Amino acid sequence: MKRKYPVFMMGMIGVLFLLILTACGMGRYYISPFDVFKIILSRIIFIPETWDPQATGIVLTLRLPRIITAVLVGSAMALSGAAYQGVFKNPLVAPDMLGVSSGACVGASIGILCGGGGAVIQTAAFLGGITAVLTAASIPKVMRNHSMVMLVLAGIIVGGVLDSMMGLIKYLADPDTQLAEITHWQLGSLTKAVWADVFYMGPPILLAMAILLALRWRINILSLGEEEAKTLGTDVRKTRGLVIICATLLTASSVCISGTIGWIGLVIPHFVRMLAGSDNRKVIPLSVILGAIFLLGIDTIARVLTSAELPLSILTGFVGAPFYFYLLLKQRMRLS
Amino acid sequence: MILEAKNLEFSYTPEKVLFHDVSLSVNRGEILAILGANGAGKSTLLNCLANLLTPQKGEVLLKGRPVNKISLRETARCVGYVPQSHRPAYGYQVRDFIVMGRAPYLGIFRQPGKEAYMLADQVMDEMGIAHLAHRSYTDLSGGERQQVTIARAMVQQPDLIMLDEPTNHLDYGNQQRMIHTIKRLADRGFGIIITSHMPDHVLLLDGKVGILDDEGNFQVGVCGEMMKEERLRSLYHVDIHLVYEPVVNRVVCVSGEGEK
Repeated sequence: MKRKYPVFMMGMIGVLFLLILTACGMGRYYISPFDVFKIILSRIIFIPETWDPQATGIVLTLRLPRIITAVLVGSAMALSGAAYQGVFKNPLVAPDMLGVSSGACVGASIGILCGGGGAVIQTAAFLGGITAVLTAASIPKVMRNHSMVMLVLAGIIVGGVLDSMMGLIKYLADPDTQLAEITHWQLGSLTKAVWADVFYMGPPILLAMAILLALRWRINILSLGEEEAKTLGTDVRKTRGLVIICATLLTASSVCISGTIGWIGLVIPHFVRMLAGSDNRKVIPLSVILGAIFLLGIDTIARVLTSAELPLSILTGFVGAPFYFYLLLKQRMRLS
Repeated sequence: MILEAKNLEFSYTPEKVLFHDVSLSVNRGEILAILGANGAGKSTLLNCLANLLTPQKGEVLLKGRPVNKISLRETARCVGYVPQSHRPAYGYQVRDFIVMGRAPYLGIFRQPGKEAYMLADQVMDEMGIAHLAHRSYTDLSGGERQQVTIARAMVQQPDLIMLDEPTNHLDYGNQQRMIHTIKRLADRGFGIIITSHMPDHVLLLDGKVGILDDEGNFQVGVCGEMMKEERLRSLYHVDIHLVYEPVVNRVVCVSGEGEK
């Protein structure tokens, strides 16, 4: 894998682009990937229109925003998972461990309950996520215990409270209108993704992604543990804080767009580590690409296979959980 | 003087002072071995010296500057720290692991380049562990892992290397090899501070010796003065003999009732 990594990375980026073009064409109205490519390119340079004019609208207005959203959310989830796993030196930790997903969920649901519109719901989700992670991070401070285990326990405490709040909100919601909306959103869906989502949530996601990519070697050092990182001259609190803030921003932004889509943050980095080894200099970029491929693939299946459009977390669970079992099984066999 | 400690006192809880009035110094090429009973606070003392913990009283001077005024980054350019043998969560390749020793020289967003890897390769050659370069750190034996971690500390290009119980969890042969490695590091000019449970290893190192007892008293001196049967007996509460052994031409430390 050592020498093959750049080739593999380029290959995966290629696969992602092909998948984007193919996915844009898939659906009730089929458009060939070549035409999709020309339609997208025609926005930048002049190309004589050789395709059905209807296709332009379908690709640019209907499918592309959803596909870009899937790419953003998938890569954000996988990357935040890899980042959390690095700083908490635990490959089995998931991005929602700090209660970020639950917090964002609660925030958004309160927004829905109050009858707020899209912008209100998104802001509320964001605030909920940030509040959750700040609370979780402050519990170890109160306890004057800055060990990793304490932070994990704090995440469990915050997550527990938030899950109960989620239950309460559902209990209080109007069963005819709000409950359905909350449940549908909580299960995760990209059906409603429009360009506005990309423009609102794209920049924070890309910014956090860029910072984490730049920090990826430091995450290796943080993963050695607090004390060892310090003996290697790392300001642990500052660096770890930056990683956690970025990872949380990624999770919260994703939840804002698409509700909670589970498993990606756990499964993708794990899979990448099996392919490329533990070095976060490879794990983090590969997680971004494979996370995008995974979610785009799943979303395209959800979109094309069933006319009813299954919620995404149902599919990611059905695919992700058994796949994770397979990964564990394979690793165990290699270890023993 | 690379490192100097004056009247250090440390306690985790106000009720129990772990150690007090610890004063010591280490120069280039010098070895200081710290002996003490289980739980006496050897590792804590080492952490205070390494700027990882802040003692309640006293001060640590690193090249003449108070350590609490020096950033961790600067400390790490001066002090290499080899923690007790452990297995981290991720199996980094040995070469990548060793190159992490360059972290104190690189900005937060930077990554090690060719020169850093060349230095790592050079150190691996010197340590005779070049054959491990592409193995996974977590797959190594305890002795190999210690050697690799020492190589990482050397890549930091420090003046001083601290090792926390470096012979723990090693088999007998690896223990002897570790003592040999430590002596070689001192010969190369690194100042060395180690903590140890093995009086005989301390005799082999034949440098400065610090003894930390259960009451938190600390005494330091040269090996010949400090390593006395009486002192070791009261430290470990067992019968200990320092005997000249002609076969190895040195004084060895053994325990037992012996013939009366």
